[in-house]
Amino acid sequence: MATTVFIPTPLRPFTDQQATVQVAGASVGEVLQNLVTVHTELRNHLFGADGKLRSFVNVYVNDEDIRYLKKEQTPISANDTVSIVPSVAGGSPEVRQ
Amino acid sequence: MSELNSDEVRRYSRHLIMPEVGVEGQRKLKDARVLCIGAGGLGSPAALYLAAAGVGTLGLCDFDAVDFSNLQRQVLFSTDDVGRPKLRAASDRLRGLNPNIRIVGHETMLTSANALDIFKDYDIILDGADNFPTRYLVNDACVLSGKPNVYGSIFRFDGQVSVFATKGGPCYRCLYPEPPPPGLVPSCAEGGVLGVLPGVVGTIQATEVIKLILGVGDPLIGRLLLFDALQMKFRTLKLQRDPNCPVCGDHPTVTKLIDYEIFCGITPPAKTADQGKVSADQEMTVSDLKARLDQRNVFLLDVREPREWEISHIEGATLIPLGELPKRLAELPDPTTGPEIVVQCKSGVRSAKAVNLLREKGYTRVKNLRGGILEWIARVDPSLHTY
Repeated sequence: MATTVFIPTPLRPFTDQQATVQVAGASVGEVLQNLVTVHTELRNHLFGADGKLRSFVNVYVNDEDIRYLKKEQTPISANDTVSIVPSVAGGSPEVRQ
Repeated sequence: MSELNSDEVRRYSRHLIMPEVGVEGQRKLKDARVLCIGAGGLGSPAALYLAAAGVGTLGLCDFDAVDFSNLQRQVLFSTDDVGRPKLRAASDRLRGLNPNIRIVGHETMLTSANALDIFKDYDIILDGADNFPTRYLVNDACVLSGKPNVYGSIFRFDGQVSVFATKGGPCYRCLYPEPPPPGLVPSCAEGGVLGVLPGVVGTIQATEVIKLILGVGDPLIGRLLLFDALQMKFRTLKLQRDPNCPVCGDHPTVTKLIDYEIFCGITPPAKTADQGKVSADQEMTVSDLKARLDQRNVFLLDVREPREWEISHIEGATLIPLGELPKRLAELPDPTTGPEIVVQCKSGVRSAKAVNLLREKGYTRVKNLRGGILEWIARVDPSLHTY
């Protein structure tokens, strides 16, 4: 069963510019692991060296934050969507020097 | 509450006939005091609409001057304003739009030392900052002073909006307890923003401010609005106040403003400078590069992004964006038998990182082009475009 994962623009360079990716998995943790197995460059952006989800990357199942569900053990069922929402600072970002 | 004069009654007539605003709502707007942090992409449309709507006291906090490249999105300013202090240009524009309101300029960088003092004269704070330390500073100062933080943030085609720090509602730290370490979020070299995006996000922030003042509708409290301009989709996600939040939780540990540069891992400056700097003997000047290129005994590596390359590039350079460099080393000349490598970017910071990276990989004959392509254009080839 494949789940739709929404990829935000800052991370799309690592998913061949795809806005959504279909990934299999029965839990949030499985979905994310399968996602970074296919799109390997995402791993460093989603997970720290300790293998834990980075604290400035939030993950939602439908519109619920997984921190208030069962975190990475949150089960995924048919028609659920997973959203990755990283923190963004920009008010008027410019190309840096 | 303040009375409306006859000019104001005519000016706001489209508001006055709405049951949700009316004379009473318009008087609330007149008595309201709103502070915009940043007069940039988000602050521009927000300030224009808040001024037009009749918010009686409108503060602006910014210390920049208007730059030519701001005009692509910062609609407060006109071409003639380039080089002027933003606050002076903004005040002129906003007074021209609505002479009935009071514009207050805070021409300073918002810091832990001055934030609470500046905030005390306002009811609502609109966060249009462009960096993480200011985001956390605005949030904490809002929580500590009990003022709503109408938050908006943008990146390329994506926007986020929420209302933080209301009584019982979540704050920015409940959403993101910690900022990303500097350099990890791809926002620098790959930055940029669709000019109209802050227009959409800033006007949504202004809408939320006006709703809060009027006390109508459902504000974005406990909800994060995501806007994807490419897909043209709006989505809202639920936010909860985190009882363990260090600022707004049940047992807060942050009870006064802290050093947000350190919190965001940005100071000491030497740390970032290390990575983005090389010693003088590892640098090459643009005139030396010109001579070496004429002799054809140098490999010029451009580590900018392809879009920047399209605007202008030095003839004979090879493009490998900094982010791709580690896995494309095979495209470089042999470190021992090949020509010396000179690395170049826009102004010399990214290329210094590349030089340090290449030295770690065993390339000893690598130099950084001091001042980047901007210096090259200024001193060698003014026919190329600057950006």
